[in-house]
Amino acid sequence: MYRYDDYDQRLVDERVDQFRDQTERYLRGDLGDAEFLPLRLQNGLYVQRLAPMLRIAVPYGLLDARQVRKLAHITRHYDKGYAHISTRQNVQINWPRIEDVPDILAELASVQMHAIQTSGNCIRNTTTDPLAGVADDELEDPRPWCEIIRQWSTLHPEFAFLPRKFKIAVCGSREDRAAIHSHDIGLEIVPGPDGENGFRVLVGGGLGRTPVIGSEIRPYLERRHLLSYLEAILRVYNLHGRRDNKYKARIKILVKAMGVDAFTAAVEKEWESLRDGPTTLPDAEIDRIAAFFSGPAYASVDAAGEAAVLEAHCASEPIFANWVRRNSHAHQVPGYRAVTVSLKATGNPPGDVSAAQLDRLADLCEAYSFGQLRTTHQQNIVLADVRQSDLLPLWRGLQAVGLACPNAGYLTDMICCPGGDFCSLANAKSIPVAEAIQARFEDLDYLYDLGPLELNISGCMNACGHHHIGHIGILGVDKKGEEFFQVSLGGNQGKEASLGAILGPSFRREDMPDVIETLLRVYLDHRLEEETFLQTLRRIGMQPFKERVYDNANAR
Amino acid sequence: MTTPTPANGTPVQARLLRDGAVVADDWLPPAEQAPGDGERRILTLAQWQAAGSPAGAAVQLEAGDDPATLLDALPGLALVAVQFEAFTDGRGFSLARRLREAGFTGELRARGSLLPDQAHYLRRCGFNALEFTDPGRLAQAQERLAVFSTDYQGAVDQPLPLFRRRA
Repeated sequence: MYRYDDYDQRLVDERVDQFRDQTERYLRGDLGDAEFLPLRLQNGLYVQRLAPMLRIAVPYGLLDARQVRKLAHITRHYDKGYAHISTRQNVQINWPRIEDVPDILAELASVQMHAIQTSGNCIRNTTTDPLAGVADDELEDPRPWCEIIRQWSTLHPEFAFLPRKFKIAVCGSREDRAAIHSHDIGLEIVPGPDGENGFRVLVGGGLGRTPVIGSEIRPYLERRHLLSYLEAILRVYNLHGRRDNKYKARIKILVKAMGVDAFTAAVEKEWESLRDGPTTLPDAEIDRIAAFFSGPAYASVDAAGEAAVLEAHCASEPIFANWVRRNSHAHQVPGYRAVTVSLKATGNPPGDVSAAQLDRLADLCEAYSFGQLRTTHQQNIVLADVRQSDLLPLWRGLQAVGLACPNAGYLTDMICCPGGDFCSLANAKSIPVAEAIQARFEDLDYLYDLGPLELNISGCMNACGHHHIGHIGILGVDKKGEEFFQVSLGGNQGKEASLGAILGPSFRREDMPDVIETLLRVYLDHRLEEETFLQTLRRIGMQPFKERVYDNANAR
Repeated sequence: MTTPTPANGTPVQARLLRDGAVVADDWLPPAEQAPGDGERRILTLAQWQAAGSPAGAAVQLEAGDDPATLLDALPGLALVAVQFEAFTDGRGFSLARRLREAGFTGELRARGSLLPDQAHYLRRCGFNALEFTDPGRLAQAQERLAVFSTDYQGAVDQPLPLFRRRA
């Protein structure tokens, strides 16, 4: 894990001072609302429907136990005792007072954390695979690159007032668990001709009102050029992105308007004057950062012995065995597994975690996972390095605080934005829909029979709940002041990324569990033996789903 | 330094933050009419081009202008001003870097809608002069020219990124 040196610490401390000054000037009327707006957003502070919301940065999702305890303390002392994990792996608290925010930022700085650029029209938190560094299909750990990008993008003087927000994701594995196709820039680590890894560069992906799959502008970029090339892309965007309409201001619109070839040519031209300059990364710097992520001091364990202990534990505790099967993942190191802690238990707003749960997670990661955990863009927590013989005590510890829900990757492990209960942009309340679906599909055997299924819910077309890339996507829409929900099918976030297609006219909130159940019946009726929902949908098309859902609706 | 006096005789009160110091402005802002004889006035890009792109002039770019039109003449220009229509329009930051990267060494001035809180970033992108009409804000900008004592990225003020300077 990256550790601040004096430079890093000084920067976040000075940022706290700067924001304290800005907040004081705002509160005494010296800075107007419109002036304070971008300044507070670039420190993660929104003014929401009921209260301000503070979004705290969790760079590429990595936290240590001390930081988790600090978050628990902040939610208790300054908020209502719980936090929310966002789809950018960040942490949100929904009830701080504006005048307390500088103190909260100072608390964060004391544990090497901040809220820099978690909102606003600037470069946001770079996200990656929650299994980075441990996944068995990994070519290279993407986190050192995320940290290199974090430092480059933090307080970048040229790119603080972009046309719109800007999101970068990095993937270093065969399977894409970072949704790089739906980011402004997606970077895929790929092997180069000379055996050194570099980057495949995608630009112009995004969700929101105009969902687009990113376009490749460079099949291979040598790693030392990463930052100067990013700088060239950002400069072309900063100078030419639209500023007259916020809904057409993302880089995806510029790439479409210019055409991928012309956009690529503009980037390459801009890059001519930047490449091989001082921003070129020396090997020593890449090595210095990579050393922070070299992995914990794994015990050299007897893998067969670990497996035998786990098997015995599973045999004695069937509920535990099921949780291991559903919520743990293969690990690079023999004898270890990675664990998903689901924040999607029935009745729990997806992604919410209480202060008591945070404290327990801090204890458990110290006891069983080298004192670190990760937040995921699926709004869960991952303990990445657990010995197989430790899984049982870990599970007991999680169970005691309601964190042992065995649904990782299944229907009820849904992504859901905070929606109209909190967010002033939302058209509709997304959490009650999520809770109604969770309640309907509580039967675990049925859930497992449905197989891996991603259901994503957004309360408005800004798509914070990533509905476009859910196998089933649900979007809240407003029709003459009434909440309705539009359903789309066939989205996917992996390397075979695709955007969902709209099923048809939207539904009332109370009908949503029936609609989802009908869709799943169609799948179960048509599926061939091992087919997933997505495979069946791709084979039989949308029509059978459409017919059954709307016939049922007409019959009602 | 003498305060310039425009044709109508009213002294110009505008003050400027130049190279870290508050000074009286010795250039007049752009105006619709062409400048009178001996008047030090910033020209719009169109005025400067209509006058035959004279050396020694001061030229103002709007955020959407292509700095390529200025590149050949840069060594001879006394001043380039970048006009910010809105402080949230960040194009001027990239324009400034491009001008400095092209070798411009004269005064590079930011004017228009600016916040004192942007002083640090403006300076880093190569602006050595900032215009604020409000004296209070001018003073605030001066205090905020270096709110950060170090920076991660290379830019105009310090071309070396921190990773080439870490002790």
